Amino acid sequence: MHIEFLMGNEAIALGALAAGVNVVAGYPGTPSTEVLETVAKRGSNRTYMEWSCNEKAAMEVAAGAAYTGARALVTCKQVGLNVAADPLMSLEYVGVKGGLVVMVADDPGPISSQTEQDTRTFAQFAKVPVFDPSSVEEAYAMVRDAFELSEREATPVFLRATTRVDHGYEAIEVLDEAEWQTHQAEGFVRDSSRWVIFPRLSVANHAKIERRNERLSRELAASAYNRVVAGGEQRGVRRGVATHGINYAYVREALGGDCELPVLKVGTPFPFPEDLAIEFLRELDEVLCVEELDPVIERALLQACGKHGLSVRIRGKLTGDMPPSGENTVDSVRAALAAFVGESLPKAPETASPQLPVRPPVLCAGCPHRASFYAVKRAMRGKKTVYCGDIGCYTLGNAQPLDMVDTCLCMGAGITVAQGIFHVEPDTTCFAFVGDSTFFASGITGVINAYYNQADLTVIVLDNSTTAMTGHQPHPGTGRTMMGESVQPVSIESVLRGIGLNVVETVNPFDHKLAVKTVQRVSAEPGVKAIIFKSPCAMLERPKAQSSVDSNACIGCGRCIRELGCPALFFGDGKARIDASQCNGCTLCEQVCPVGAISGGEKL
Amino acid sequence: MRDDIILCGVGGQGTVLASRLLSTAAMRRGVPVKAAETIGMAQRGGSVTSHVRIGEGVSSPLVGRGGANLLMAFEPAEAVRQLAYVRQGGTVVVSNRPIVPVSAVTGGPTYDLDAIMGYLEQRVDNLVVVDADAAAAELGSSRVLNVVLLGAAIRSGAISLDADDIREAISIRLPERFWELNLRALDWAH
Repeated sequence: MHIEFLMGNEAIALGALAAGVNVVAGYPGTPSTEVLETVAKRGSNRTYMEWSCNEKAAMEVAAGAAYTGARALVTCKQVGLNVAADPLMSLEYVGVKGGLVVMVADDPGPISSQTEQDTRTFAQFAKVPVFDPSSVEEAYAMVRDAFELSEREATPVFLRATTRVDHGYEAIEVLDEAEWQTHQAEGFVRDSSRWVIFPRLSVANHAKIERRNERLSRELAASAYNRVVAGGEQRGVRRGVATHGINYAYVREALGGDCELPVLKVGTPFPFPEDLAIEFLRELDEVLCVEELDPVIERALLQACGKHGLSVRIRGKLTGDMPPSGENTVDSVRAALAAFVGESLPKAPETASPQLPVRPPVLCAGCPHRASFYAVKRAMRGKKTVYCGDIGCYTLGNAQPLDMVDTCLCMGAGITVAQGIFHVEPDTTCFAFVGDSTFFASGITGVINAYYNQADLTVIVLDNSTTAMTGHQPHPGTGRTMMGESVQPVSIESVLRGIGLNVVETVNPFDHKLAVKTVQRVSAEPGVKAIIFKSPCAMLERPKAQSSVDSNACIGCGRCIRELGCPALFFGDGKARIDASQCNGCTLCEQVCPVGAISGGEKL
Repeated sequence: MRDDIILCGVGGQGTVLASRLLSTAAMRRGVPVKAAETIGMAQRGGSVTSHVRIGEGVSSPLVGRGGANLLMAFEPAEAVRQLAYVRQGGTVVVSNRPIVPVSAVTGGPTYDLDAIMGYLEQRVDNLVVVDADAAAAELGSSRVLNVVLLGAAIRSGAISLDADDIREAISIRLPERFWELNLRALDWAH
């Protein structure tokens, strides 16, 4: 054993490695990405790992591995779980042989996601047991127990953490590599009555799953992950708090070292440890449920009260005592607890602070997406258009002044959403922007759908040769695998031509004039056609040279700043200026300047 | 030993490394440490914060309002944004170099540096203003602002760690070719 300072996601990865995980598959997504990256950094070549094309592929790869008796880990974010829902729902009925843990990162807030969905609720729906860690240390311990449970009960198991645990850091005690378990897979044993899902198997296994979860509910009531922390003596109304995950830390912080209210901490929200909850409830008149996302514990306590005829008032999201959405904080939990016990907190003195600029995330200086969006914008001036966006850095193209993302729904949806708009509004010129990684994840099906069903739209592939938003993971177009191999990359252009598209052009978006002309020409072609704007992510290439403004030549028109919204450009003394700490030398502003006052960049 | 520190700035400024150096330094002293980082979309030029909590008896990796004894701000407007987290009598170390967001020139709220610095001077008991441009010019790099601010924070006496702790953390966390520049940055004072 030794002590390491670890991010929650790193601890989860080390926990999986210590449990002898054989196969790890996932798709990047904040806040889950570092789990697989840490497996890559710290694991040995005994562990097979991949960034799969998408979460469905990852889940199926893991399922196959677990059928052989191998231990497998899937990593994804909460919306990624939706993509993997189809195989997972059936896999629960089929079961596994080797342990299969699905690590899902939930994102209250949401800070970097489309939804505030709760994997604890998903676990109930899928009938899959779920662990919910409250700290980095607990996450590390839970992974190994999740593998044990999965193998013992032949079911996939969720390890679900939220952003503050995933991206929290703690110095914790971990096993040395020499202490890691090794796990040998028995191999796949042919048995169609076990591995082939049919209605007969489903109905038989469904009954077994329900009985198992009932039994697990009783067994888990004794798990150390579920516990009651005793409170002090109370006069009058006897109150308690029920909580989970990082909220447990907030509650502890708010109640202080010697916690005066009893606290029920739930580490396995499904199957819910009802016996423990009953013991907790019997001593109380009122319970405040401090939860993020869904009122999972609150509903379980209400159900327990109904089932066992307990007269305890359960308060939380359903009674308006806690906010129904958003992330909790140390302060919001402190305020809720004060209100619960009828105390009022001293108000912080309000002083008028000066106006602050808003600082939403923006496309980086030198980002090729800016050049691509700007080329399409210029080419389509005055035309009736719709710009369907997708998930990735390029969603940031929605911000002023580019304003080039009219829709964004989910991974790969841009193409098919554009198709739907086209069928209703055939006179609108429809564009779908999709990144290279998203194209492989779920864009290809959309292109086939639109092409075969006779849509008229232009697919713009923003190919920066990486999965940029989540920190530059490889994908099938990069020619690199997570096993460190150099392989034949999948060519986006060949895929598009293979589908049948006749017009597929590849252009460097920083060649602004050519880019504009290409958009004008290609978008006028009938049917589904594509432009691949190819230029590497600005964060991966060091600038060769930087642009600078000749302030004698600059007329201060501000066109570069207003048109491009580049974070390296700003006004100073009535002239455009360039922040040398940010400029990437992409030359786009040089090409936009009406008087040629900017020069020095070297991207083309 | 008990320090609750918040670092704030703009995505890309190097707050995460500064936070890591503080954590590493605390660990070398054998003191428990918890931390939390902003990771994700905000790293693309948005507002970012790191929380570092050093010492016994800490449950949450995040500091509550009025809880931090030190705010290290890499940017003046971000200092004001996070000021509510600083406790009475706490210290604020701030870089004086503004990063004006695109939104301030495309119709969003504008950036009034004088008002922002004036507000900090009026509200903060222990304010240390670091001249980031002078530091960059003298050190020959604008990339070590994080360590310049760390040096100023240590010299302010606001936290229990000392310069040797940070020097050791630099040697643990950074490749050797960056040691010289970062050690100079740590000792840089205007």
